[in-house]
Amino acid sequence: MNGPLSTATIVVALLLGIWYLIRSALDRAPGNTDLWAMLGLSALVAVLVVVSVVGLITGDRPGDVTTFIGYLITTAAFAPVGFYLARLEPTRWGTLILGVACLVLPVLVLRLQQIAEATGG
Amino acid sequence: MAEPTSGRTRPRDAAIGTGAGRVLLLVYGIFAVSAGARAGVQIATKFSEAPLAFLLSAFAALVYVAATIGLAVGGVRGRLIALASCSIELVGVLVVGTLSVLDQEAFPDATVWSRFGSGYGYVPLVLPLIGLWWLWRNRPGRP
Repeated sequence: MNGPLSTATIVVALLLGIWYLIRSALDRAPGNTDLWAMLGLSALVAVLVVVSVVGLITGDRPGDVTTFIGYLITTAAFAPVGFYLARLEPTRWGTLILGVACLVLPVLVLRLQQIAEATGG
Repeated sequence: MAEPTSGRTRPRDAAIGTGAGRVLLLVYGIFAVSAGARAGVQIATKFSEAPLAFLLSAFAALVYVAATIGLAVGGVRGRLIALASCSIELVGVLVVGTLSVLDQEAFPDATVWSRFGSGYGYVPLVLPLIGLWWLWRNRPGRP
């Protein structure tokens, strides 16, 4: 796992998540800016996942490769799923969906880091 | 949101997967995937270590999958599925949570419901309550 890149992902996701929670509390439906921001986060996560996959092929492999790949797939799919559901829900709840998605993403990235640190022999 | 159609009752059944229900759908989906994947890995790699805990994990995962499907399907059947799975989930998290605190040796490896879901930020404890509240609020025939 690339250090600065995953830290950036976690920070951006947390900031966006707080933003969405505030917007949802203020009864705002997800606007264009909100949705584009989510797409931006998805792109950032996609870069992170690609870097991790390249790392899997070229560098050290974590001890539990299967779990790691499972988490990679989930992480990659996560923000787009949130985006899709939020598009279906043009109410405050759509904004809350974006917020929940953004707050779960850092957990996934942290889990990825944990699994990556346990390198297999 | 669903429009009121004919008569006095609004077709709320069709709407359990929309509005706040869609947030529930997302969260249940997350738990279905995470609990399912965890149970799958546990059973595939070290089933003999703690068969009871791993079977419980798998059971919990199935309950989350059922709740997700119930919310997504909606209608009378979806409502019933969601209601049943939320109730089973509440009983499960309370029973397994209590047992795992009282008798830690019986539950050597963590499941979603161990220690009232503390490994998942106690969300497994709160989620069925929110689910049941949501289904109650959107019960058919509510004025």
